[in-house]
Amino acid sequence: MEIVVLLKQVPATEAFIEIADDGVSVKTQNLKWVINPYDEFAVEEALRIREAHGGTVTVVSVGAEKTVEAIRTALAMGADKGILIHDTAAQNLDGLGVARVLAAALKGTAFDLIIAGQRAVDDDNFLVGPAVAEFLDIPHLSMVVKQELVDGRIRCQRTVEGGTLVVEAPLPALFTTQRGLNEPRYTSLPGIMKAKRKPLETKTLADIGLAPDALAAGGVRITAFRLPPQRTGGRMIAGDSAQAKAAELVRLLHEEAKVV
Amino acid sequence: MSQAVLAVAEQNDGVFRKVTFEALSEGRRIADRLGVELAAVVLGNGVQAASAELGRYGADRIRVADHPALAEYLNDAYCNVLAAVIAAEKPAVVVFGATTQGRDLAARLSARLNAPLAVDCLAIQVTDGALQVTRPMYGGKLLADVRLEGPLKLVAIRPNAMAITPTEKAGAIEPVAAEPGPTRTVFVEKTLDTGKVELTEADAIVSGGRGMGSSDFSVLENLAGVLGGAVGASRSAVDEGWRPASDQVGQTGKVVSPALYMACGISGAIQHLAGMSSAKVIVAINKDPEAPIFAKADYGIVGDLFELVPLITAEIQKLKA
Ligand SMILES: Cc1cc2nc3c(=O)[nH]c(=O)nc-3n(C[C@H](O)[C@H](O)[C@H](O)COP(=O)(O)OP(=O)(O)OC[C@H]3O[C@@H](n4cnc5c(N)ncnc54)[C@H](O)[C@@H]3O)c2cc1C
Repeated sequence: MEIVVLLKQVPATEAFIEIADDGVSVKTQNLKWVINPYDEFAVEEALRIREAHGGTVTVVSVGAEKTVEAIRTALAMGADKGILIHDTAAQNLDGLGVARVLAAALKGTAFDLIIAGQRAVDDDNFLVGPAVAEFLDIPHLSMVVKQELVDGRIRCQRTVEGGTLVVEAPLPALFTTQRGLNEPRYTSLPGIMKAKRKPLETKTLADIGLAPDALAAGGVRITAFRLPPQRTGGRMIAGDSAQAKAAELVRLLHEEAKVV
Repeated sequence: MSQAVLAVAEQNDGVFRKVTFEALSEGRRIADRLGVELAAVVLGNGVQAASAELGRYGADRIRVADHPALAEYLNDAYCNVLAAVIAAEKPAVVVFGATTQGRDLAARLSARLNAPLAVDCLAIQVTDGALQVTRPMYGGKLLADVRLEGPLKLVAIRPNAMAITPTEKAGAIEPVAAEPGPTRTVFVEKTLDTGKVELTEADAIVSGGRGMGSSDFSVLENLAGVLGGAVGASRSAVDEGWRPASDQVGQTGKVVSPALYMACGISGAIQHLAGMSSAKVIVAINKDPEAPIFAKADYGIVGDLFELVPLITAEIQKLKA
């Protein structure tokens, strides 16, 4: 089983995000970076599939040079090799642009299964996985909480509003992860030592056969970042007893906030 | 008229999602600003009769693709039909609901048609041929103004974020002849808890965290019951196995926008706030007066949730009696 994991390095979820002076990007200097949490589920699931069916797990990412840290972490978890596509011409791509680069990187290679996070928790786009599947002309199944491989097919349980669906597709296929799929393993010290000797290639757009101008400026452009309206915060409800507090809350929700 | 706005309706066994009416109402507003028609598109099996309802939310025409192969959502079949409708209608804008289905379909279509996509839009403006949308990024820590350019633009609106505007007129139903084509994905089965209010659509959510102490969420269920709402959970409560992962609210759970969000025994970690900070009104109940959730709540009560929640439930019952 040749398994590919699409991975993105993102700011840690607890990071304080500040808008940069240009107003359309964020300050990156002091950020702590991690593997996108949904991609961590993808790495873990790929390792479990390899453990059950054999094969190799290749991690592919498009990003800045420091993205090698995230790939190394995935290698330390147990992935076999990593590919980073790093090119100045691939720096400010929109979601479709990134998907195009990933698809080009995978086009010539043999894969049975691609696993991607349902979304990256920085841009929250929900786009790259399905778009890569479309560019590679393979089926995709999104928001998967359980999968099973039988006879060249994958059967997945997907979460939808109010329940779950079970769907099936022939391989090669791509699926995206949802919380509940697994609990990602930690990296061990021996794992970290081993990861240092695992192959990690850095490629340019030319290396994967893409001319920079093949990536025409995307149709999605951020024109401004703003802080969401801040809540005035904490009107604490006082009262002599729990009963009095409960009554006062309900009165305020009814008369002032008008939500009950 | 070649340029139109399309709103993609989402139904399940002939019942439309609430976000469908929001997508149509927003589609109508965009169409009016562009001076074009609004067409609703419905995909399904045996959905013709139910589709007439969509005219009441401003659709000039209701295009119905009725086909046995569209009975259940399969992205390749739905994508094939919708791509054909788009080729025929040449819309400037297609509006989806940002549901699991809407996001999935819009993403695949965005790649197929090379059309820019913005999901989870909270507001949409038309500016000289381009669309300017507002959407959260970084788990809601920032709002981004995003410009979409090109002949075709795809937007998916966040459920509960936009107003539903009923109208008097009833649009005409027009069948879609497009074939779903051969589909690679196969539907096996679905399990839906229809008795439960879906978190992302709920007007009121009562969530519990580690402070619940066990899987007995009955006090929260009773309160959600009188509010006609849903029960959510923090990741800690899910990790403890007290609630299913599908109840998790937060950065790696669901993002919700109810009118009322009640956080009970939840400390207010940033990853939890990411899922609920766009609620209209937030109430926090926590026995720790220093809990960070209080800084984000509109109303806070310091106290034991097991004592307070039943009293609040009784007060609301009194009000509704
Ligand atoms: C990558 C990543 C992603 C994450 N994603 C999410 C996510 O999507 N959603 C999420 O929720 N978290 C998420 N987390 C976890 C998050 O950081 C917190 O650990 C979690 O939200 C804490 O849950 P809690 O508030 O229920 O528990 P705690 O922080 O333990 O808080 C429990 C609270 O209950 C109060 N309490 C206890 N007993 C009572 C009582 N009887 N009455 C009233 N109050 C009481 C306590 O005072 C305390 O404030 C994520 C973390 C990471 C690293």
